[in-house]
Amino acid sequence: MKTLPLYRLAHARSGDKGDGSNVGLIAYDDRGFEILRREVTAEAVKKHFGDIVRGVVDRYEVPNLRALNFILHDSLGGGGIARLRTDAQGKTHGMGLLLMEIQVPDDYVPPAVGRAGPAYPGVARR
Amino acid sequence: MAAAMIRIANGQGFWGDSVDAPVRLVREGPLDYLTLDYLAEVTMSIMQKLKRRDETGRSGYAIDFVDLIRRILPDLVEKEIRVVANAGGVNPGACLKAVAGVAKEAGASGMKIGMVQGDDILDRLDAILSEGVTLANMDDGRPLSEIRDRVLAANVYLSSFPIAQALDLGARIVLTGRGTDPGLVVGPLIHEFRWGKEDWDRLAAGTVAGHIVECGAQCTGGNFSRWWEVEGWDHLGYPIVEAEPDGSFVITKHAGTGGMVTEDTVAEQLVYEMGNPGRYITPDVIADFTSVRLSQQGTDRVAVAGVQGRPATDTYKVSISYLAGYSAVGQLTVSGPQALEKARVAAEALWGRLRRAGLTFDETYTEFVGAGACHGAIAPPDSPPVEVVMRLGVKERDAKKVDRFGKEIAPLVTSGPPGITGFAGGRPRATEVIAFWPALIPKGLVIPQVRVEEVA
Repeated sequence: MKTLPLYRLAHARSGDKGDGSNVGLIAYDDRGFEILRREVTAEAVKKHFGDIVRGVVDRYEVPNLRALNFILHDSLGGGGIARLRTDAQGKTHGMGLLLMEIQVPDDYVPPAVGRAGPAYPGVARR
Repeated sequence: MAAAMIRIANGQGFWGDSVDAPVRLVREGPLDYLTLDYLAEVTMSIMQKLKRRDETGRSGYAIDFVDLIRRILPDLVEKEIRVVANAGGVNPGACLKAVAGVAKEAGASGMKIGMVQGDDILDRLDAILSEGVTLANMDDGRPLSEIRDRVLAANVYLSSFPIAQALDLGARIVLTGRGTDPGLVVGPLIHEFRWGKEDWDRLAAGTVAGHIVECGAQCTGGNFSRWWEVEGWDHLGYPIVEAEPDGSFVITKHAGTGGMVTEDTVAEQLVYEMGNPGRYITPDVIADFTSVRLSQQGTDRVAVAGVQGRPATDTYKVSISYLAGYSAVGQLTVSGPQALEKARVAAEALWGRLRRAGLTFDETYTEFVGAGACHGAIAPPDSPPVEVVMRLGVKERDAKKVDRFGKEIAPLVTSGPPGITGFAGGRPRATEVIAFWPALIPKGLVIPQVRVEEVA
């Protein structure tokens, strides 16, 4: 197994959903989708977001789009303070999920998607 | 006979979107319908407030829309393009009057303008509650009586059929108040293709089409994860649905415009604001997003097919907004060595000074933009930032205390650690915090009204 950031396997978009947000995570190919289904569980996503997600995480499968849809409950800061935050609508949560690192079989080579690496130059390598 | 393919564009994803996008849509290629979405939940309460304050009765709708019609009316007439917009806000009658005035000035007498009303139930709330409908909060079940005295606006998400009815009556421009966002597209489809109230699969397909285009450029390259593939950001094309009577459609944009339409850009917009993908509920239908099939058909053309729908529910969703206190937010930029540490000291100084002045707040908020404001511990920076933006906010029932907080920010420039700047725009002042109360109402209690008027 090897470690890859999600942005090598998938793309994403997020927005607000009541007091929380949703993140749609879309795999680039069928095998990548199978890996996402196995590795990117609701529990793993909850752990990845840490303090940002105070509530539970629900996961839905959308296989026709090779997508997983996550509902991050209570992820906007809660109460009336939510609207004061820079990201009042969870619009950055999709990018945040793409930074998650997962275990991938050694023989899986994700499709080339150009400058996926340099897209996140400021991130410390772990 | 049902029409052949029709083209429906969306030129406005929210009130504040590009003012030129709808103009370009009617001038840069063929089009049958232009739709414009101006309303968000918070917009309704702002409009309600403007309406209450203006004794002349001429406020409470999207005034930008009137300016837009002034610009594009000759194009609309010449190319026979119809417009469907929720620009009516909480005062569609005043919006209609203003648009009719512009049309008359432009010599478009005889043109028909339609409007849909009946979504605004603010004045009927007590009557509805007295009939035993609790309008309980969909999220936590609390009855509306808990916040009844603070309600600012109450609007029902109406179905798409009244829009179709206005078009049936010959309206060239249809104004609505609150309806669903996808409904702006579904209405014209019902009108053109004579879809019935139980054509569940077709209504679901129209809903999916409306969902894909309702945020404007978000399906044509805007907000796309692989942003480096997008070209022509300075003339991004806005989306067009090429719809067929059977419910299948193609998402595209005008030739020669920037941006891109691919399976990936469309898929990203399909999952935007998605809840349970199998049950996307509108007043028209329950659409199943797990049935959607995408296929690329040439450059900037994505075909969408296979959409399935199930019977609509017997309730409408109501969006109720209410006053939930006051808030203010202010910011300063902190630069130089130890920028983040200095910002933390400055923030602590401000909260400490307010405590010493005897002030406490219901909620306070501190964040450092450039040091994890969005991603927190997910993405620790690999070197200390040399500049951060410190943002501080409060929420509180007492507006006076909020204003007092606003006066405490500027002093930090001269009485805090060194390298603090960026105090512009004056002291932040208390603004109303609007909260939302989603509820359901039986469909029988709401009667949509359609009116079509001829320009004198």
